Amino acid sequence: MSTVRVPPVLRAAVGGAREVSVPGSTVSEVLEALYSAHPEVRAQLVSDDGELHRFVNIYVNDEDVRLQDWLDTPVSDADTLLILPAMAGGATAQ
Amino acid sequence: MAQTYQDLLAAARAEIREVQVDELAQRLAAAQAPVLIDVREQSEWDEGHVPGAVHVPRGYLESRIAGVAAPDDQVVLVCAGGMRSLLAARNLREMGYEHVESLAGGFTRWKQSGQDYVVPQTLTPQQRSRYSRHTLIPEVGEAGQLKLLGARVLLIGAGGLGSPAAYYLAAAGVGTIGLADDDVVDASNLQRQIIHTTDRVGMLKAESAKIAIEALNPDVKVNVHATRINRDNVLDIIAGYDVIVDGADNFPTRYLLADASLMARKPLVHASILRFEGHASVFIPYDGPCYRCLFPEPPPPDLAPSCGEAGVLGVLCGVMGNIQANEAIKVILGIGETLSGRLLVYDALGMEFNELKVRRDPNCPGCGPDAQLEFRDYDAWCAGIGRHTEAVHA
Repeated sequence: MSTVRVPPVLRAAVGGAREVSVPGSTVSEVLEALYSAHPEVRAQLVSDDGELHRFVNIYVNDEDVRLQDWLDTPVSDADTLLILPAMAGGATAQ
Repeated sequence: MAQTYQDLLAAARAEIREVQVDELAQRLAAAQAPVLIDVREQSEWDEGHVPGAVHVPRGYLESRIAGVAAPDDQVVLVCAGGMRSLLAARNLREMGYEHVESLAGGFTRWKQSGQDYVVPQTLTPQQRSRYSRHTLIPEVGEAGQLKLLGARVLLIGAGGLGSPAAYYLAAAGVGTIGLADDDVVDASNLQRQIIHTTDRVGMLKAESAKIAIEALNPDVKVNVHATRINRDNVLDIIAGYDVIVDGADNFPTRYLLADASLMARKPLVHASILRFEGHASVFIPYDGPCYRCLFPEPPPPDLAPSCGEAGVLGVLCGVMGNIQANEAIKVILGIGETLSGRLLVYDALGMEFNELKVRRDPNCPGCGPDAQLEFRDYDAWCAGIGRHTEAVHA
């Protein structure tokens, strides 16, 4: 089982957890396992045509999978997969 | 047996080689230049010194030499007339500095011989006292403090991130601080926006912050830009600054700044916050990755809640804003390793700092070789209007 770190904006979709453990040997398999366990996550990360949204970054350990084998990037049990959407917050409440 | 001053000098001359002005000038111009240490007092140094010399007053020589030269370095000491440096050289010999010499005739003869010398720009006595804990740090020193006093930093937002960043940059003596914010202080800001006060609720944030900064440090010139940064004014505003600190609260402003910082080639110090989580990085145009190498496109509004909607721990703003101030100072001084190429992710609940690698994207829509860098309608783009929505393929 690999560890998936969940960003604050997605925690409600996984029942509030900061980390979840899911099986899978590639990024794609880990994400599918995550979607099966928490269907709401799919709705937030995947577009209507089934592709991961461009504004979502996925890291295996500290490396961006865009610069590796994208969804085919291998993931082992010792790895941590991190989902990272951009955050805007700073100065003021709108 | 008691020894007179003349006895000490004679003994030192027997032990220490004296360098003549012409020889020193030649050696300083060569590839293997010696470490030149001026051991005079501060007031003497301020009136002029040999170019390239390091100032370590005689009284501190033994305690500070290790930070300036290694025992096997070639070291030349200089004072005003060549006596103090000669005696000081004996002390360094005792400490194991085998290759230490003294400039014959000192700085006085150097100057009389027509050699170049520099008159340093200096701190006032008040500044020396105010910044003494900075100038004691070898990586900062008086030269670094003068750099800070000459530096111009623009803060986008005088809010959660901008408050601590501006306050610490002002305390650090950054000579010009620009505050770009068109909002006014609200009571709900005071839980985290520590540069403002209860009695300034209703005042423009940039004006309120200016009052706090001027009360803290009269060395700082504060420029108020009480306007929302947009594509018509951004280049004019950032032109007057060396470093931009992004503490904006919305994606349109962040992407606008990302593009403008590339166009104007200004370093951008980034942080963002939400609830218990903070991100920070540094984007040095065309040297390291840019914001759009990291996040090519903004998320849609429903996946990008603001702190006004989702909340933010006040203290988190202090942590992240101060990381921005820290990085801005390092960029100004050219010291250390900045967060360029790294995204720092701070989880205040788990008390964890993690780092992600950020690499320059060869296809970056901002800084890539084929990028068509021009301003767009950032509000519409971030609202998802007219945005191309194709997914990323490796």
